[in-house]
Amino acid sequence: MSSWRVATVVGIREETATARTLILQVPQWPGHRAGQHVDIRLTAPDGYTATRSYSIASAAMADELEVTVEQVADGEVSSFLTESVAAGVPIEIRGPLGGWFVWSPEQAEPVQLVAGGSGIVPLMAMVRTHASSTTGRPMRLLYSVREPDSVFYRDELRERTTSQTGLSVNYVFTREAPADWPTPPHRIDATQLTAGTIPASERPTCYVCGPTGFVETVANLLVAGGHDQSRIRTERFGPTG
Amino acid sequence: MGVVTPGFFGRSRRPGAELPPGQYLTEDFPVLSAGPTPRIALDEWEFSITSESGEVRRWTWKDLQAMPRESFTVDLHCVTRWSKLATDWEGVSLDALLADIESSADFAFVSSYGGYTTNVPVEDLLEGKAWVAFGYDGEELAPEHGGPARLLVPHLYLWKSAKWVRGITLSNVDEPGFWETAGYHNYGDPWREQRYWE
Repeated sequence: MSSWRVATVVGIREETATARTLILQVPQWPGHRAGQHVDIRLTAPDGYTATRSYSIASAAMADELEVTVEQVADGEVSSFLTESVAAGVPIEIRGPLGGWFVWSPEQAEPVQLVAGGSGIVPLMAMVRTHASSTTGRPMRLLYSVREPDSVFYRDELRERTTSQTGLSVNYVFTREAPADWPTPPHRIDATQLTAGTIPASERPTCYVCGPTGFVETVANLLVAGGHDQSRIRTERFGPTG
Repeated sequence: MGVVTPGFFGRSRRPGAELPPGQYLTEDFPVLSAGPTPRIALDEWEFSITSESGEVRRWTWKDLQAMPRESFTVDLHCVTRWSKLATDWEGVSLDALLADIESSADFAFVSSYGGYTTNVPVEDLLEGKAWVAFGYDGEELAPEHGGPARLLVPHLYLWKSAKWVRGITLSNVDEPGFWETAGYHNYGDPWREQRYWE
């Protein structure tokens, strides 16, 4: 786990104007669990290195590793990964890392995912991994996003909600909603969270990922709504360059 | 040296900023925790130290506030790679809290409100290296940063500085805590880059 591997970028998918998915081929990748992350290390010609952690977006059983990177202001690694990197480029990665914010298809209980912005990435790995689950047990995603153009994996999520048994997706738009949207844009609140999530009485495990303020708000609302705090797992994204 | 990444040059080098390997400087104060932020009323708050013989010493919030407090400025290093330099804190040193405890134990197991745990060698808590902190940057410590009080052991990666600290159990046996059993290093020295299980 601790050793660096040289991955090769074999494909790039634009997700939004500021985010892209890198498809990586990793020799001897040991496999990962949905929700884990990797360290990516870039090395300049003079030996200077910069390392950041990125969540894995691909399913646990996928052959190629996918990470989705959102450009952050003044971020030396994210800027390179979202602007300069091209297919064929070797990139060093280490992982998979993290043993807490993970979901396995063997888990018997229903699953509630709550994403804020780019916090969707590790939750998308769970959505994709859920496709291989044969039980069709409920997995629900509530995805809070600034505006329609900021949605990652838009077409795939739409397609999966019709084809993937047990999966449902709800959106909250915080700045700008689609033209035909029933409610004006606003930040997530108790009413929306209750309406868009599995009830506490069904005892889902909740995975909440996003910026600090979002995760604080959602985790507090979930606890206030009767979810046991031991069944709420959080991952907070700061601006990490 | 690693494999050179074609096209990557990095931002300007900062030889003046002394950071542990693999860290970068941030001016923010990012928040990382594994679950919801616990809320603890001060009149219900309690901190305890249990010795290896089972003897328990307890402090209420008022008791803690009556202890000699220290103001200190330290650098923080998070395993997620951000470092924040020269942060100002206020708290009570573990030297003061451990002063009257009869113990020769080598290991401390730290527990928090909300269920978080971590482990630290006792010697890393002594000689001005660790505090129970309740003030940050001239204010009360905010709940998302561990308020009302957190452990602060700034010479180790920040996950060792348990937020919402509730108690310390001293033992002759080293028991790994929450992250230490989930793939992270048992000791966590940022200068030796002890991030993960090796």
